[in-house]
Amino acid sequence: MKDARILKRERFSPLTYGMLGICLILTMILCVSVGSVRISFSDTVTAVWNGIRGLPVPAQIPKNIILNVRLPRVLCVALSGASLSLCGAAMQGLLRNPLADGSTMGVSSGAALGAVLAMAAGFTLPGSRYGGVTVSAMAFAFGSLVLILSLAYALDRSLATSSIILIGVIFTMFLSALISLVVTFASDHTRSLAFWTLGSFSGTNYDQAKLLGVTLVCCGGVIFHCRNELNAFAIGEDNARHIGVNVRRVKLTILITVSVLIGVCVSVSGTVSFVGLVMPHIARMLVGPNHRRLLPASLFSGAIFLLLADLTARTILRPIELSIGVVTSLVGAAAFIVIFYRTGKGR
Amino acid sequence: MLKGNRVTVRYGAFTALENLSFDLAEGQWLMLVGPNGAGKSTLIEAIAGGVRYTGEILWEGRDIQGLKPAERARRVGVLSQRNSVGYAYTVEEVVGLGRYAYRPGFLSGKDEDGEARIAQALAMTGMTSLAGASMLTLSGGETQRTFLAQVFAQNPQVLILDEPVNHLDLKYQQQIFSLIRDWLKTPGRAVLSVVHDLSLARKYGTHALLLDHGKRVAQAPVDQVLTPDNLRRVYGMDVYAWMREMLTQWEVRS
Repeated sequence: MKDARILKRERFSPLTYGMLGICLILTMILCVSVGSVRISFSDTVTAVWNGIRGLPVPAQIPKNIILNVRLPRVLCVALSGASLSLCGAAMQGLLRNPLADGSTMGVSSGAALGAVLAMAAGFTLPGSRYGGVTVSAMAFAFGSLVLILSLAYALDRSLATSSIILIGVIFTMFLSALISLVVTFASDHTRSLAFWTLGSFSGTNYDQAKLLGVTLVCCGGVIFHCRNELNAFAIGEDNARHIGVNVRRVKLTILITVSVLIGVCVSVSGTVSFVGLVMPHIARMLVGPNHRRLLPASLFSGAIFLLLADLTARTILRPIELSIGVVTSLVGAAAFIVIFYRTGKGR
Repeated sequence: MLKGNRVTVRYGAFTALENLSFDLAEGQWLMLVGPNGAGKSTLIEAIAGGVRYTGEILWEGRDIQGLKPAERARRVGVLSQRNSVGYAYTVEEVVGLGRYAYRPGFLSGKDEDGEARIAQALAMTGMTSLAGASMLTLSGGETQRTFLAQVFAQNPQVLILDEPVNHLDLKYQQQIFSLIRDWLKTPGRAVLSVVHDLSLARKYGTHALLLDHGKRVAQAPVDQVLTPDNLRRVYGMDVYAWMREMLTQWEVRS
């Protein structure tokens, strides 16, 4: 007789990847088609397909809206959603804490402060409009990380996960205050406070999509390469050391990778909260905690979720566009309560 | 197999271990015995790579501190006193991680006998039927047997136990200790364990290392170490009298 506690776990086959990919592409087509100007799905597909092949687009199709406004935005949203969700999954595994995320660690706020300061000071890199802000965001994300880790190390030499989270939360509050301060005094040079605290993808372009894409491929590759180590950390840091994981090196690698990825996301769209916290949870409920399946599942679900959130943000109160963070926080908080309720009952 | 020479561990101004020398030979089950704060867990952490030490702990002539984490894990396995898993990993996934130190690198081949070792470890610990179960649904005894299976799959030559049965019911204590005694029967292996219960130390240990305040009091076969005089010196009480007193509690009362 089989024990009732045996779990059924689907294998993550190429077919599953294919289906997730199709879902993602369908969602993207939907997001490009829906908006203040309604475009038919077939026109969207024709315009994008011809655009990719360099062919002329039929005159009756609103080519400019599709290719120059909505498509770059949709690409940025999908890539950010995937990146943030992947970072959340990696942090939750590494720190063995289901509440870990770029935002709870203070990395997102650090990146936002870096971006705000670069904008206020007019710091740019030659030959690139966004380079200065992005580099500053990445540097500050990493700086916050080093600061948090050294504070945690001073408190507790083993870099225990609870102290990191605690310091991260306090640090986030402190940084939010600094961001408000800089934005208030330099309001002519930076974007609005709402952008930095709630995020927005309005006006994103192909350069930003390229930047996000390249960063996601590189950093995502590193994170996926560490999937076994993440499993070991998720089971326990001491256990990871006992089975032969190079604990310090893996921890540092993941934390640096995550801060680079979050730094880039924040410089493009401000801080969009709850994606990295909630989507890995939902992915974990579907495919289990093994990072071999959890990381891809988080990647796809994060992208799809943020696409739908952005679609809602720009259509629900048309012509007013909501900040995307309003939607992710509303949905995310509700989802989080449901998840906690269910896990509480499951035990 | 393992040889410690003048091992010293300091936490700031506090000296947890001082000039400790010890010896662990093949086939031995060495019991680390001593009161709280004697340095037992510190010694185990030093061998397992958790704390830095001065002096040397030699594995076949090489200092264990110079081994890479995976190299060390292929030689030394650790079962700690309290293991809990926060996420719904399956028993098989946890046991499978025991093969981490053997995973193929860029140039080396596959972990040939990995699957067989995992299956064998699950069978030895009686966890085969629960291989697909979520860790969140296991009892304390089953959880500890899972981690024992993990360390068996890791196939180390020295098994280190840090109070492995501390929170377990008597039945599980007996199970775990018999499993380890069976494991030790294969040549080329040794066990080093911290046990608070002196009766368990006497029953299962071949040798004992008695510690007090980070210093060695004695190391020899169990019976020569756990003498009334040694124990009185370290614990400050007549342990033999106390143990006999405890035994009288089990006479059938009318």
